[in-house]
Parts: sequence; C-alpha cells; structure tokens
Amino acid sequence: MNNPANTKKNRIIRFQTGLAESGQTTFNGLRNTRGLDSAATIFISVLGWTAIFVLIGIAAFLIQSSLRAFDEVGIWSMIAGSGWFPTSSNARYGFLPAQVGSIWVTTVALSACVPIGVLSAVYLSEFASKRFREAAKTVIEFMVTIPSVVFGLIGLAVLVPLIRQHLPVDSGLVALTAGLVVGIVCLPTIISISEDALRSVPSELRQGSFALGNTRWQTAYKVILPAASSGVFAAVMLGMGRAIGETMVVLMLAGNAGIIPASPLEAARTMTGTIAQETGEVVRGSVHFSVLFTLGLVLFVITFAINLFADMILERSRKKWRR
Amino acid sequence: MVTSPAKTDLPSKKDRAGRFVLEDVSVSYGNEKALEAVSFYIEPHKVTAMIGPSGCGKSTLLRCLNRMNDAIDNVKVGGKIMLNDKDIYQKAVDPVSLRMYVGQVFQRPNPFPLSIYDNVAFGPRTQGIRKKAELDQIVEDSLKKAAIFDEVKKSLKKHAFELSGGQQQRLCIARALATKPGVLLMDEPCSALDPISTGMIEETVQQLKESMTVVMVTHNMQQAARVSDTTVFLLRESMEEPAGLVEVAETSTLFTAPRDKRTENYITGRFG
Repeated sequence: MNNPANTKKNRIIRFQTGLAESGQTTFNGLRNTRGLDSAATIFISVLGWTAIFVLIGIAAFLIQSSLRAFDEVGIWSMIAGSGWFPTSSNARYGFLPAQVGSIWVTTVALSACVPIGVLSAVYLSEFASKRFREAAKTVIEFMVTIPSVVFGLIGLAVLVPLIRQHLPVDSGLVALTAGLVVGIVCLPTIISISEDALRSVPSELRQGSFALGNTRWQTAYKVILPAASSGVFAAVMLGMGRAIGETMVVLMLAGNAGIIPASPLEAARTMTGTIAQETGEVVRGSVHFSVLFTLGLVLFVITFAINLFADMILERSRKKWRR
Repeated sequence: MVTSPAKTDLPSKKDRAGRFVLEDVSVSYGNEKALEAVSFYIEPHKVTAMIGPSGCGKSTLLRCLNRMNDAIDNVKVGGKIMLNDKDIYQKAVDPVSLRMYVGQVFQRPNPFPLSIYDNVAFGPRTQGIRKKAELDQIVEDSLKKAAIFDEVKKSLKKHAFELSGGQQQRLCIARALATKPGVLLMDEPCSALDPISTGMIEETVQQLKESMTVVMVTHNMQQAARVSDTTVFLLRESMEEPAGLVEVAETSTLFTAPRDKRTENYITGRFG
C-alpha cells in the first residue's frame, strides 16, 4: 500500500472525473512524474547556475590575486598613478597611461563606428530590399567571427602607411590607427543589434507616419530612430564593451608606449594590451604579477558594468512594444 | 453600376472635401488578382462605409485611395482612381502630398512614442509649420474635433502610451485631422475598442463630414448602418476569382431594400 494517492496529504488534492471508468484521461491532482521531473529540473538548474558561479569565481579569483597589490602598492596609487615602471628598481605601478590609452582607442573607435553603424542599420531596416538585407545581415554576422588579429594585419598593411604619410606622426603606430581598426571590429555588433532594435518597432508606426505624408527618410529619423533609441543606445554600449576589451588589434597597432598619450596621434598602450604584453615575462607571485591582476579586475568591472547597463536598456526596449 | 457624379455638386474652391471616382479599379498581389472591376463614386461631405466578409478586399481598396499600397511589394493597381478630377496613380502625383490630403486612421491605435501634443503636431511640423502659437491652435482644434480635448487638455505633455485604447484611437484621429485633410480613411477604427469608445468615435465621424469626406471600412454592419450615408458592399465569391463590387447604395436603401440577392444574404447574416 505505497500508493502515494492514499497518503493523507495527497488525498486532499485528489480530483476524480466521472470519466475514469471509461478509460479516458483523468486528472487526479498528483505529480506522477515527480522523480524524473525533479532530476531534470536539478540538472538544468545546475547548468544554468554554472555560468553565474563561473562569473563569481572569476571575480573572486581576480580580487584574491590582487590582494597583494592592494596591500603593497595601494589601490589609489594604482588607479590614479601616472607612472608605469614595473621593472625599475624604484617600481611604480600607475594605471593612468593604460587607462588613458584605452580611453583614446575607445573614443576613436566609437566615433568612427557609431555613425557608420547606426546609419547602416537604418538603411538595412528602413530602405534596403528584403533580399539585400538578408544578404547583408549574413555577411555582417560572418564578420563577427573573423579573428581580430586578421583585422590587425590588414590595418598594419594598409592603415599604418597611410597615417604615417598624411598625419603629423613619427610612426603610423598610434592610438588613432588602433582605434580606427577597433572601430571596424565593433561595427558588426553595432549594426546587427541596432538593426534588430529598429526592426522591432511595430510597422503600424511606419504606416501611421507614411499616412501623415512623411517620406521614408522623415519616418526613419522622426519616428523609427526615436522609438528604437534605447535599443540603439544598448548597441552602442555593447560595441563600447567590445572596444575596451579588444586586445590583439591594440597590441599590433597602438605603438605600446607606456606613457600617458596626450592625443590619439601619440603611441599608446591599453589596459588589455598591458596585461597581454607583460604576463609572459613577469615573475609569478611577485607584486608586478599581482598588479596585473588588479588591472584585469579594473577591466572586468568596467566591461561588466557596461554590458549590464546595455542589457538593462535592451530589456527595457524589448518590453516597450509588448502592449 | 457607376452612379455618375452630377456636375452640380462639384466642391467650391474653398471647400476642401474630396471626391473620388473609381473606374474599373483592380488590385493584384503578384500574379494573384485580389480585386477586379470596381467602379463607384465617393461623394464629398458624406460618410461612405465599405462592408463585406473578411478577405473581400475592402481594406486593400481603402489603401488604394491614399496609395498606402505603394509600400507593399509587388502590389499592382489597375484602372483609374480620380480624386477631385485628378488621377492619383499618374506618375506626376507625389504620394507624399496625396497622403497629406487623404488622411488615414488605422485598425489598431498607433500613436507615436511621443507626448500627446507632439503626436498631434507631428503632421503640421512635417508641413513646415514651426510657430508655437499656430501649432497650439492646430493641436487644440484637432483634439476638439476628435472629441478628446476635454480629457487631455490638462496633460498635453503626457506620453501618448499612458492613454487608454479608446483615447489613443481618438488621439490618432486628431493626429490625422491636424494636417487638415479633405478625406479621412478609417480602416476598422473601432475593432479594437470597447462600445463606449466606439460610440464616441462614431459621433466624431458624424461631425467630421461637415468639413471632409469620410471613407470607413467596417466589419460591423450595425456600425455601417448607424454612421454612413452610402454603403459599398464588396464580396469575394470563391477563392479562384477576385473579389468585386456587388452593390453601392444609400445606406438606408441598402439595408432595407437591397437590390442584389447576395447583399440581402449578407446583411441578414446568412454568410460572412
């Protein structure tokens, strides 16, 4: 008599339909598949939570590895320190050169790719024929998968000589060069996500605008772009996250000088570039080693915050049209 | 079947209300003919209702009147549609300026994600009106005509999405009126609304015909009987052939003494 239906608790929620005898499906209010179902639920939940645990693990590991630098160098003399001389006998570990380098590269990248990216998205979503849009989207999504080192190579071969010839610089390896190529790397992300945002604007709004005697272009910039603004903004933020995180291109093209660059026309080194360059040579467990982890932690916090912010805005824009 | 327009009721110059003559109009999507041989006359200062079962092409025909079909791929419109003696499908006609004169209200309310004021001022701004006082006046007039002014006059800066569905639809009517159209097309304007909002919109329509021509597509025969002066009945008799015009008549005549057996069957609810 182990029938769960007879236990006191289950009896209360027992329903029996009159059709039971005729062999039809009955509803008895019991969870008959409890064992299998809960095993599957646990399995899925574990997988789901793994991603979050990995993220927390990374953060914890970065913090733990940075503790020595916090202790011996001090967090402010790193974040606000202007000199980066990690191997000198009087070592200084200021992040400012790398932070300013990252800011220049990101600024150049965004000012190059945001106007182009958003306008391309407007073209694809509002003007292009369906066939062209499908083809272009495929190509753009393929561009995301091209390793950035390939873009770096092309930049080295094409852009560096151009910049050296036409701008007042000593070499073509400056923040501007790296920024422009990073901009190209970010372009597909911005186009693709902006285009999604523009296309999710209900077509009723387009119709309404046309019916008031607006041209397609007026409709695009007066109705569709404002309506999709939060999604487009999120696309820009995601592109920015990508730009700050980009490593290979800046290693190849930014010139790698450990000074605070006064303008994009000077050689620079970014936070990502610094970590990539120096982890190979550093003594494990040294202060320098720990400082690099702190730099990684700063990078982690910045990109995490940007992505989180972008995601929140994107989620809001998705909800906006579910009326 | 065409009731030819009497020359005497040509609109005077000051009168902006539009007058349509449709001659042998056909519409096809790609290779498939959706609508064929439609000829009738839409009188100024009247409400013309287009009725018929789903798929009879009434919305398609309505969209021909302001060339909204242009935006849909491979739609072809044949025949002649004359608006105030001008063929609107002539090459020289700019659909954008046509749509400023022939306004439209859609099935579902579609306010722009802007304030109430900016929604109504949208069309006039496109027409180049920039003066605040002038815009204020247009916005107020349009909201009054659409019978929503009293409800929103204290909150013109409020976002349009905060309004109820019925209010949003009346706002959309106000938005369409702000460009001072001579014709207002309404594509089932009440199908997403409750009876009270529907009543308000029907009243509005009655007043609108003083200053313009109204063409309304409706699913609801009672509504056609209540608001319209002329009723157009369209029907697609089988999937193999295109839809066509069955009967045009004064609304009271069409609903009480239809000439065509098919009209009688439809209005007595035998199909559709």
